[in-house]
Amino acid sequence: MSVTTADAVRPLPGRRWLTAAIVWALLLSVPAWLPMLGGYTALAARVLVLGLAAMSFNLLLGFTGVMSFGHAAYFGLGAYGAGLTLKYLAASTPLAMLMGVLLGGVAGTLFGLLIVRRRGVYFAMVTVAFGQIAFYIAYSWNDLTGGYDGLRGFTRAPLDLGFATIDIANNDIAFYYFLLAVFAVATGLQGLLLASPFGRTLLAIRENERRARFLGIPIERHIWMSFSISCAFTALAGALYALLNNFADPMGLHYTLSGEIVIMAVMGGMRAFWGPLVGATLFVVAQDYISSITVNWMSFVGLIFVLVVLFFPRGLLGMLQGRGGR
Amino acid sequence: MFQLVLFNVTNGLIIGAFYVLMALGLSLILNLSNVINFAHGNFLALGGYMAFVLTPYIGFWGALLVSPLLTALFGFVIERLMIRRVYGRDPVYSLLLTFGLAFIMQDACRYIWGPNGLPMNVPDLLAQPLTADLFFITWYRIFMVAIVIVAVAGLFAFLRYTRVGIRIRAGTLDLDTVNALGVNVGMLRSLNFAVGSLLAGLAGVLAAGQIGLNPNMGDDLLMPSFIAIIVGGVGSLTGTLLGGLLIGVAAALTTVVWPAASEAVIYVIMLVVLVVRPRGLLGEEGMLT
Amino acid sequence: MTQTATTHGLGRRTMLQTALVLAAPPIISARGETPVRIGMVDPLTGILSALAASEVEGARYAVGRLNKKNGILGRQIELLVEDSANDVGTGVQKTHKLIERDKVDVIFGDVNSGIAYAMSQVTNEAKVFHIVPGGHTDPITGTDCKWNVFRICNTTSMDAAATTGELVRRFGKKFFFITPDYAYGHTLQDAFIKRLKALGGEYEAEQLPINTADFSATLIKAKAYKPNVLLNNMGGLAQINCMKQFTQFGMEREMHLGGALFELETIRAVPREAQAGTWAMEWWWEQPDVPEVGAFVADFRKATGKTPSARHWFGMVAVESVRLAAEKAGSLDGPKLSLAMEDMALPPEVALQPGRIFYRAGDHELMANIFVGDAHPPAGNNPDAVFTVTSVVPGEKAAGPVADTGCKMVHPA
Repeated sequence: MSVTTADAVRPLPGRRWLTAAIVWALLLSVPAWLPMLGGYTALAARVLVLGLAAMSFNLLLGFTGVMSFGHAAYFGLGAYGAGLTLKYLAASTPLAMLMGVLLGGVAGTLFGLLIVRRRGVYFAMVTVAFGQIAFYIAYSWNDLTGGYDGLRGFTRAPLDLGFATIDIANNDIAFYYFLLAVFAVATGLQGLLLASPFGRTLLAIRENERRARFLGIPIERHIWMSFSISCAFTALAGALYALLNNFADPMGLHYTLSGEIVIMAVMGGMRAFWGPLVGATLFVVAQDYISSITVNWMSFVGLIFVLVVLFFPRGLLGMLQGRGGR
Repeated sequence: MFQLVLFNVTNGLIIGAFYVLMALGLSLILNLSNVINFAHGNFLALGGYMAFVLTPYIGFWGALLVSPLLTALFGFVIERLMIRRVYGRDPVYSLLLTFGLAFIMQDACRYIWGPNGLPMNVPDLLAQPLTADLFFITWYRIFMVAIVIVAVAGLFAFLRYTRVGIRIRAGTLDLDTVNALGVNVGMLRSLNFAVGSLLAGLAGVLAAGQIGLNPNMGDDLLMPSFIAIIVGGVGSLTGTLLGGLLIGVAAALTTVVWPAASEAVIYVIMLVVLVVRPRGLLGEEGMLT
Repeated sequence: MTQTATTHGLGRRTMLQTALVLAAPPIISARGETPVRIGMVDPLTGILSALAASEVEGARYAVGRLNKKNGILGRQIELLVEDSANDVGTGVQKTHKLIERDKVDVIFGDVNSGIAYAMSQVTNEAKVFHIVPGGHTDPITGTDCKWNVFRICNTTSMDAAATTGELVRRFGKKFFFITPDYAYGHTLQDAFIKRLKALGGEYEAEQLPINTADFSATLIKAKAYKPNVLLNNMGGLAQINCMKQFTQFGMEREMHLGGALFELETIRAVPREAQAGTWAMEWWWEQPDVPEVGAFVADFRKATGKTPSARHWFGMVAVESVRLAAEKAGSLDGPKLSLAMEDMALPPEVALQPGRIFYRAGDHELMANIFVGDAHPPAGNNPDAVFTVTSVVPGEKAAGPVADTGCKMVHPA
């Protein structure tokens, strides 16, 4: 990386707004154009949810330079947090989301304390193993989580705004726009965070940890905070996933999903803000499409992994922007 | 009760020996090439399936010898074609590459040999219990442990006494210097990957005889192997050996008091190690951190 | 583009073909009237793939057979198969896809009960008729029953109830249970214990993780307890490993081996010497007293080259049930199909077993017989002759009254 840090996130002010405008125009008009292309609303909803997970994960990988391979854990904890709230506490969608974020965020914060000194593959390996602990707990705690069969018996509640009620429970289009609104707030916060001095410091750590340390930046504390924030946002995506499916199951915590989140970020371009969303779109659509055509879809998905790593390591947006990555 | 505990310690060592075989291969590759091979469980499955194919022609004993070698050859080729291209890059790439490879290999096994499980027959001699009193220890278990001991001893001798082995050990500590001394590091890494695959293939043949064959057979063994490495300490093969045996015995002992928790206990051990001694039992501070 | 049974078979196609399909937009060939579309979601990848593959094959066979005749209501049938990958999120998404995009008339699936349940929430909301061919946990036709959901395979409780009587009668009433520690295992064990207690039996039990590979510690405890029967409630690979180790330890000389559900797909994966024990099959291909079975087996073998398993039968029955209900209702409308299915009996060439086989109105469970018998190494030179039926238990007897299932069926107004 020879480019200075700030440029890598935001190429040019003009282009940055253009990209954002295109992304939002496409997202807002989904119900209008998607069915014409043979898509369906639930597919777009899945793209949004996994896109948010990948973007949240990318705060860590793309903008802090730390490699977690266990983010499904926080995604799944978010899903269980939301599901358990709806099932046992109250039929409130906002409360469910809040509890999901808290469960995943707190777990990430605590675990982060244990591992901030680890780097590289070792960090990745420890995060995978922790992810499997979360998987194992959800899988074994039959009484609370429903175990292997998953958590059932809850549905997302209509949104009560005081003056009006939005029926996100039965109206798919309304639910899509609800997801989009949450997505907008979350990614807006992420954008602000990266533009803040804290975000700049993370980039400095990513670019050259040693130099950042010489400058007196408390590296461990920053990585820890970045990890925690990333986990909390990923948990939000998980909570939305539970609302989307009206179900939470242990596979939402499994390392396979962690790997998929990583590939989404890399495939779209981990140095670009919108990269992971683009990657999530490609991945979800490709998987949906290929798995309808052939039972051997795993080979194709695996091939995507291999080809991206070997030939497109900068990802789609990375290539379009012509810089970043390696 | 005492007898039950004693038995479970023995049994744990047997299971642990199996984790060790798998984890040592992973550990070798991790130490020298800084690559976590997510497809390691699929190399194991490949070894098992190849033994299944070979047994009718060359018998179980022949397959036990040939199948790991073929797995090693396969590993060598994969390393040359793909893995070597991500060396020195961000670890995310090696993880994704082997992850994708795992998908493809699992699907290939399902495509070639079908989704159904397949039984693998071992020689009658090995399927018998030792004696009527020790009915729970079959010759196959003894045989598995013996093979693991031979393989582990062989590996350590290889690393200690052969030229390639010494270079691998040296490369683990300081690859740049080894390179500067004129060693072909590329070939060294390929050979090392092949040795790791050999161990996976061997584990695959043994597993096929014990639990049968199916396309997902390696999946359940991958995580315990990771944990064996973390518990033992990254960078230390002896640590991996100890880690594997430790979690095997812990899982078996838990079966005595609380059978349903026998899977969970290995994760608890890992957490304890991370809190109390983050570098693992025999890991060196600074290694790969 | 989704796979269709009418045009081509599942799976194995070349990359070139796939590339072409990927490049071309989905085009539905105009062939007179629109076909009846059946969407099937099953875990074609993952640990349940062998069972799922058989169910799909059975359904596909039935579709092929019906399309040669009159289809459903005179329309051709199109079977759209989607892989749930044994993952709830994917299964739900594929169900949405089939309903929203492909506008299917009927949904089948899933082998995994958790996914089947999550799917039923979607189909219920969309008022789409839904058949669960092979997901076993009780609540689907019990506490969580829904007006649009019917099930072909038995509940876990039914399988357990059917085997208990036979095991006690033949071997004795002292049982040792080895049970997987999750909802399925717990339900199964509770159902066994309930029947066993009613017969005055005694037991000990141990619960193990689902994927247990080594049973030696538990088998030692079992041996010390000296039961008449060791009940292996594990599933899949764990079930096989438990059987193997039971045999390796020579325990068959001291006690009998038994359990609830067994499948032809699973027996094939058991080494010859360990093919033993008394189990329940939910359908079996050797029934000399039922003439229709012989004809079906011969035709199925001709079409697929395989001996039909219970899973094949589930898939076949699912398709045939839609046809029968649609003919009775004169419509493919969800609520009408549902009412037509209630108390509908299957004709002999579909039921393929003795007695009256019908969908019970109270819980939407198919009241099929349970075939209890002994597993053994292949008899003669037929590799699939690995099971001998010793008693046929009527489904209604095993299921007990509707009131016991906890189902309160509510139809839409």
